[in-house]
Amino acid sequence: MTDAAIHLEHLTVSYGDTTVVHDVSFDVAEGESFALVGESGSGKSTILKAISGLAPEWTGTISVEGKARGHSPDRAFAETCQMVFQDPYGSLHPRKTVDTCLAEPLAIHGIGGRDSRVKDMLAAVGLDQRFRFRFPHQLSGGQRQRVAIARALMLEPRVLLLDEPTSALDVSVQAEILNLLKKLRREQGLTYLMVTHNLPVVSFLCDRLAVMRHGRVVEIAGVDALKSGQLSQPYSRELYAASGGTLQSA
Amino acid sequence: MSTPLLEIDGLTVTFPTARGPVDVVKGISFTLGRERLGIVGESGSGKSMTGRSILRLIRKPGKVTARRMTFDGVDLLSLSERQMRDLRGARISMVMQDPKFSLNPVMTVGEQIAEALVTHKKLPRRELKERVLAMLEAVRINDPSRVAGLYPHEVSGGMGQRIMIAMMLIPEPDLLIADEPTSALDVSVQAQVLDIIDDLVTGKGMGLILISHDLNLVSRYCDRILVMNSGEIVEQCKASDLHNAQHPYTRGLIAAMPRMNEDRDELPVLDRSTWTTGAGT
Amino acid sequence: MIDWLLDDSPSSRLQANLGRAWHVFAALLRNPLAVVGGFIILVLIVMAIFAPLLAPYSPIGQDLANRLMPPSAAHWMGTDELGRDIYSRVVYGARITLMIVTMVAVIAAPIGLVVGAVSGYFGGWTDRVLMGVTDIFLSMPKLILALAFVAALGPGIENAIIAIAITAWPAYARIARAETITFRDAEFIAAVRLQGASSARVILRHVLPLCASSTIIRVTLDMAGIILTAAGLGFLGLGAQPPLPEWGAMISRGRNFILDQWWVATMPGFAIILVSLGFCFLGDGLRDVLDPKQGDKQ
Repeated sequence: MTDAAIHLEHLTVSYGDTTVVHDVSFDVAEGESFALVGESGSGKSTILKAISGLAPEWTGTISVEGKARGHSPDRAFAETCQMVFQDPYGSLHPRKTVDTCLAEPLAIHGIGGRDSRVKDMLAAVGLDQRFRFRFPHQLSGGQRQRVAIARALMLEPRVLLLDEPTSALDVSVQAEILNLLKKLRREQGLTYLMVTHNLPVVSFLCDRLAVMRHGRVVEIAGVDALKSGQLSQPYSRELYAASGGTLQSA
Repeated sequence: MSTPLLEIDGLTVTFPTARGPVDVVKGISFTLGRERLGIVGESGSGKSMTGRSILRLIRKPGKVTARRMTFDGVDLLSLSERQMRDLRGARISMVMQDPKFSLNPVMTVGEQIAEALVTHKKLPRRELKERVLAMLEAVRINDPSRVAGLYPHEVSGGMGQRIMIAMMLIPEPDLLIADEPTSALDVSVQAQVLDIIDDLVTGKGMGLILISHDLNLVSRYCDRILVMNSGEIVEQCKASDLHNAQHPYTRGLIAAMPRMNEDRDELPVLDRSTWTTGAGT
Repeated sequence: MIDWLLDDSPSSRLQANLGRAWHVFAALLRNPLAVVGGFIILVLIVMAIFAPLLAPYSPIGQDLANRLMPPSAAHWMGTDELGRDIYSRVVYGARITLMIVTMVAVIAAPIGLVVGAVSGYFGGWTDRVLMGVTDIFLSMPKLILALAFVAALGPGIENAIIAIAITAWPAYARIARAETITFRDAEFIAAVRLQGASSARVILRHVLPLCASSTIIRVTLDMAGIILTAAGLGFLGLGAQPPLPEWGAMISRGRNFILDQWWVATMPGFAIILVSLGFCFLGDGLRDVLDPKQGDKQ
């Protein structure tokens, strides 16, 4: 076993008869922030789903924090790895207050001291205590996403899977959430695996990136190559140019 | 510039709520020639409401008032609903965000485009078909006669949006309002779609209002930019002067965007208290 | 007090939930039909609770000298063939009606909810088997099915309740399944699954609360049907047995005199119509207020 936080080897994922991820292998080191970029249908979100157990039809090897993953979510995995979803409007239960939502993972795992833990977590994600007993419809998009991040962190996982965490948000709110994610990672030494189509966000938050197309990894590069426009594969460069970057010769 | 194509003075859009009426657009004024105007703002800024109110598409109980709202000399406020329908599509067209919701699922693409044309102009069958195929070609669809026979669920998002554009531009309107035309699309397709809009608009000398939340995109495709925040226009400038923006909101927005070559450790966050006067979000 | 309920930033779980309940209640009050419906149901409940105080006579006391008297100051709704005061019987009948309705709701709604939610959440074979059973029940006319059960179990009000409950749950199972399927793949369900929650917990704590409001609406709207089925069974002599003042049974007995002594059958008939209407109005009002889509909006 490797000592990587996330280790994927020959991962192939399918939905029924269609294979959406073909033979993907990469490692994410402990404490690293790794991005999967690509356009819709490139299979980048599917990789997160396979790791988390929400897309059960896969072959190959997935291990997280040294433990091999099964094909469905389980309790032990929940304590090492959590996920933040794209849509802050769809990822919170519409009939549950922020408090219930944050206390739920603690209740599932029988962890005590819920009251103080919820309070501490609200403070950590920069939400005022007065939001604690509000329902999701009383919160803005950015506030909801903070709650979603808080919920993911309640079990103190080592690894966070981020599925386009800011793409549904306004630019000014996106900046706040990105700052928050950066701060949390620094403070808690988290490992991030983030899916996004937004290259500048990768530049801000990530150390390395994998460019995906049609279910395959086209290129894995350090963020420096992205910043200086020196991605090597033609498709990566195309994506880079379309995102408004100025290309340098590789 | 000669007489402007569109003149708007004191446009206000009001919605009643449980806590009294709320102005989502607060008396804004601008004019538009045969040029490309971008309206930028975040959600809730009133940018979409502005676009819709030009076509009088605000649903009840929303209310549109203005001191003056003229399009090519026609007073939009005094037109009857019937006259307004004749104007929509024929002279002012609108492209919406998601083609999936704007296309009729039980009609083929070709029929829908033809329908858009026939509603405003009677044409013989053959000529109609030719016009439709020519239009599909104009939006860079490779095999127009095959695509014309497809149903909306059989085309991709990018192609769907190009079909929408074809539908909107085939009656040769004078003004195209594009409300977030590409935000449901991938970046590479985004550029294609906007290039097509750009070509057709400049080629035909139409006016374009491009409504978007994306400052970069708008500055790339427009001549002039309006920045809206909570129902007001806070900044008006040439696209090329955007980096010299004056208003703290615009400057804040520009700063808050991560860059491709990002070296800041923290992104500056908008401090809304510097310009809002207590009210608002 | 109202300010406390409407506080945007509640300071406890209780306040948050009461605040939500208050919003629903206030919205109901703005709907005139719902208010009318609610008022009728309230009257029914008050009648049921205070029947001995409201009824001037005993519901079963016979007075053969005064049989088949038309409505008058002494007997507001007249008397029946045994000289019993119809008004008193209608008042006491409210107890039976209310009991039937409540018992059916308490038995049928949870069964339907759980069957539907389990079926929708797991899908596949579970879904096919459970929905197959549901469809078998749904495909038979309610009254006929209830008749068959009562025939098998023997007449009587308890058996009528059981029979009606057995015929009522499939509709709720269908609704709960349809609702469950719409958010089975929602991200908030995925999120609790990722937290390690068991399927039972996901269904009970996260899926069912979302199905509840549409089921409540449906149950309220069904109340009218339940009352009518109960009355139907009573009418056919298979529900409440004499001398219980059940409204359907009362109509049945009045049938013999319907041409000359119209009030005997008509008065309990009015009661049935009024209460059914009340439940329909309230159900419609609830639908406007509780509609699940409403909760997502600002």
